[in-house]
Amino acid sequence: MSTAAAPAIVGSAVPQPYRVVSRRVDTADTVTIELAHDAGPLPAFAPGQFAMLTAYGIGEVPISLSGLPDPGDDRARRLTHTLRAVGAVTRALHATAPGATIGVRGPFGTSWDVESAAGQDVVIVAGGIGLAPVRPVLHAVLAGRARYGNVVLLVGARTPADLLYPGELLRWAASGVQLGVTVDRPADGWSGHVGVVPALIPHARFDPAHSVAFVCGPEVMMRFTAQALIERGLPASRLRVSLERNMRCGVGWCGHCQLGPLLLCRDGPVVDYARAEPLMSIREL
Amino acid sequence: MTGGVVSRVAALRFFAALNPRQLDQLCEAGTPMSYQPGERIFAEGGDADRFWLIETGSVALDVRIPGRGDQVIETLGAGAVLGWSWLHPPYRWQFGASARERLETIAFDGAAVRNRCDADPAFGYAMLRLFTPVIVARLQATRLRLLDLYATSAQVGRP
Repeated sequence: MSTAAAPAIVGSAVPQPYRVVSRRVDTADTVTIELAHDAGPLPAFAPGQFAMLTAYGIGEVPISLSGLPDPGDDRARRLTHTLRAVGAVTRALHATAPGATIGVRGPFGTSWDVESAAGQDVVIVAGGIGLAPVRPVLHAVLAGRARYGNVVLLVGARTPADLLYPGELLRWAASGVQLGVTVDRPADGWSGHVGVVPALIPHARFDPAHSVAFVCGPEVMMRFTAQALIERGLPASRLRVSLERNMRCGVGWCGHCQLGPLLLCRDGPVVDYARAEPLMSIREL
Repeated sequence: MTGGVVSRVAALRFFAALNPRQLDQLCEAGTPMSYQPGERIFAEGGDADRFWLIETGSVALDVRIPGRGDQVIETLGAGAVLGWSWLHPPYRWQFGASARERLETIAFDGAAVRNRCDADPAFGYAMLRLFTPVIVARLQATRLRLLDLYATSAQVGRP
């Protein structure tokens, strides 16, 4: 056995200690934490990939990368994750304060392959916490803005208070991103759209024949979004979705995240819709 | 007058499937109408005697809830059609609608369009083919929102 394989095994099988260096409250139940390595850093993550985050003594959960490190920064190996407190582990991670240590394994899974959208219009559609995994796509596109055509970002949330990154949404819009935001339940004073996010697609300005779409959110929302994009003329093969199942090992050994022929921790979470669509409509899966 | 309405309607995609004769027939029942921000276009329970093609601006559909006032349930923007209760008895608005910003529309007389549909089945069929997807899309959107997709288990009371 080659010794060169050891770091990869450590990174994929044994949680590495990372320190919480910042914690930003995004919504009532969602925070963004930045993590710095205490020992050797894990290999670089690509947009779309996920890490297994461990709250010591409680458990481990898969959380996608929500920020793109600046490669010129000495903090380039820092990890940014946005997580929502929904269960015991995420509640513990949500409650971590700067200085606390958590375990990290990764990087796991497929990436959005943002580079493949060069020369094309970019359509990003996110629902709820699904904005977090596509945020690095936007960071990458804006970092190389001249290499892409129109950039469309359509965001749906339950209420205005549940919208992630409101300050960044405004900055992205100011930088030329075509931004559409809609909520299911408006609050007093809300002057934006009300309705589901697929309803924004017919009005977005992009060339369906020369676009790549990145979609992330609840699975039903992704299905209807994909349908609306395909109705606009976007080929399913240039539409990517991020799927979730019960990721455990992260490397395709345990089989907990199986979706038909796919092991989503290895073959996903990012999957071409042409491949995902038949699997998403099978009740038993 | 009709020529102006025809060109304004033709500039939007919604009625693009109508042939020129059908478009002329439709536009004979059309009148440009503007609304100020906040102005009520119709109220829940009122006579559904027309429908609107939105040229610019946006509209909030609302429902009156006792003790909570008018709750916005959906917004419609440029290019969308507002109102389909004119199509079927009892011709009453199921929801209310008001302008969210300065609104330019073409308003169509519902009874006149219905009479034209009855007199010319090809025109009537073309109109139904245009309005049925609107009804289906809004039904699907409503179903999706009923699922409360973005809620956590705790928010929707699931264990």
